[in-house]
Amino acid sequence: MSRAAALEMRNVVKEYPGFPPVRALDDVSVRIDHGELIAVVGPSGSGKSTLLNVMGTLDRPTRGVVSIDGNDTATLSDKQVAGVRARRIGFVFQQFFLLDGMSAIDNVANGLIYQGVGLNERRERSAETLKRVGLGHRLTHPPSHMSGGERQRVAVARALVHEPAFVLADEPTGNLDSKSTGAVMDLIAGLHEEGTTIAVITHDTKIAASLPRQVTVFDGRIESDTALQSSYT
Amino acid sequence: MTPVRQPPTLTSRLRPSDVLRVGASGPRARKMRTALSALGVSIGIAAMVGVLGLSESSKSALLDEISALGTNLLTVESGVGIGGGDGSFPEEALAAINRIEAVEIASAIYDVDASVLKNEFVPNGQTRGLNVVAASQSLLDTLNGSIDEGSWLNNATSTYPAVVLGSVAAERLGISTLTQPTYVYIGEQYVEVVGTLEEFPLSADLDRSAIMGQPAAEAFFEGDPSPATIFARVENGTIDSNRELIPATADPENPEEVTVSRPSDALEAQAAADDALTTLFLGLGAVALLVGGIGIANVMVIAVIERRGEIGLRRALGATRAHIRRQFLTEAVILSALGGAVGVALGIGATYLYSGLQGWRVIIPGTAAAGGFLAALFIGAAAGLYPAMRAARLAPTEALRA
Repeated sequence: MSRAAALEMRNVVKEYPGFPPVRALDDVSVRIDHGELIAVVGPSGSGKSTLLNVMGTLDRPTRGVVSIDGNDTATLSDKQVAGVRARRIGFVFQQFFLLDGMSAIDNVANGLIYQGVGLNERRERSAETLKRVGLGHRLTHPPSHMSGGERQRVAVARALVHEPAFVLADEPTGNLDSKSTGAVMDLIAGLHEEGTTIAVITHDTKIAASLPRQVTVFDGRIESDTALQSSYT
Repeated sequence: MTPVRQPPTLTSRLRPSDVLRVGASGPRARKMRTALSALGVSIGIAAMVGVLGLSESSKSALLDEISALGTNLLTVESGVGIGGGDGSFPEEALAAINRIEAVEIASAIYDVDASVLKNEFVPNGQTRGLNVVAASQSLLDTLNGSIDEGSWLNNATSTYPAVVLGSVAAERLGISTLTQPTYVYIGEQYVEVVGTLEEFPLSADLDRSAIMGQPAAEAFFEGDPSPATIFARVENGTIDSNRELIPATADPENPEEVTVSRPSDALEAQAAADDALTTLFLGLGAVALLVGGIGIANVMVIAVIERRGEIGLRRALGATRAHIRRQFLTEAVILSALGGAVGVALGIGATYLYSGLQGWRVIIPGTAAAGGFLAALFIGAAAGLYPAMRAARLAPTEALRA
């Protein structure tokens, strides 16, 4: 193995306190290698969101190991985990979370700001990334003047601009019409072909089926993982 | 130093210039709210800077006046009292005071029992609040008075029926120029006006007087040969000792009837009264500033609630708690700094405007302008502290749950 997995989770348990404690993730192990495009699929309440938060280091597991690009996050302080997010993980959200007061290019540049990259370099790299997602003509537009599909492409550019180990996309098409959904999924497929590692979290089995690997979550457990099935059968 | 457990490439870092940029992004995106929340602070700061500027300007005008007149002038008056005093001094009182070594110059005014009228057709008694006094020739120098037009009494004019009019007296008698020979009617005869005076800031009574020479008053108007009031300029530093010395010198028989006052004290008292007023207005300004600060705290608390999504996003993009705290603290300080800058400008503008109207020299105390701005920054930091802590404490997963 020349390179560590982009993301590796081993025997991860996440419990929320209460009587009895709520076990949102129950002994989850999953490995995502560099260059993979996977779907994490499951109905709402299955533990998908918790899985996303733990994968993205936004939440810490109660037990188990979460390792990002070879860095075990359990031993890291809050501040250091923030550094892992700043440099190794890209997020795409269902609600886009673009800031209306600034242009598309500055929204994308926010993806570099917590790495301490200077303003000029931030803007240069953001312009390049926006061209990569097909928005080279919309650099200075504010997101409020854009369609839903365009907004989500800006958000994808923001997740890519710092060249993360992997991108976590949480229901990236959840707020889009069918035409924009197609465009965003095509963009994701294109990025995958260029070598980007992407995990798409979705409840939509049709979208999940269109991706090379599906991990199905149910009741906080991994019910099935097409990568494991193919290796067994 | 704690051991580095992580490659240095995996750290989260926000440049100082980006702290400002990120802090300004909120206010920039919501301009109306920014303006309104900065307004409260700017009113407070404007009030404080304006009040300090105006009080300094007016005080300096007053002090200029005081120093132009000199603080070494004493007014000596004789009381009408139980001790048998009749309100005037012995005839030789002026000469006696002049003999005191520390007295640089002294002069007296004497009562004249007559009224000054515009002409003989004005019914006697319609004095318009004007009076007639006699004076020694040294009066003008003693009081640092100055001539508006014509001349002061000299050796000749002080022995003949001639008067110099105080500024108010000239105005009330309708005399605006002396290019033609001008007369007023005093006690059954016309008397020539040889000069008019500028205002006396230290003895306003004389502004309403027609002043004639003491010899002329005695010869033509049955003037009282005893001084009514004596003015004395003393050497600097001898004011207190002279205050004790003068009564016995002026009226050895009834020294307790003699009061010695210092006209500049009144102006200084006025300056002190202004100080009290300034303190009051300064307090009001401070209250306005405090209310402005509470306004900013309020707006920031709302901003933190409204912008949970942004906070969550920034945490996902790699911001640490400290970065979030710094962002919202910076935002609050930017709001108050805007308010402070506008307030200082407004305060200075108000000072210029009002001082200009009053004809005062404009003095903007640098400490007031700088202090006002710093106070605004401090208020902003204090107002932003709690909202910033709340924003920083928000868990990213909670913040992202829209």
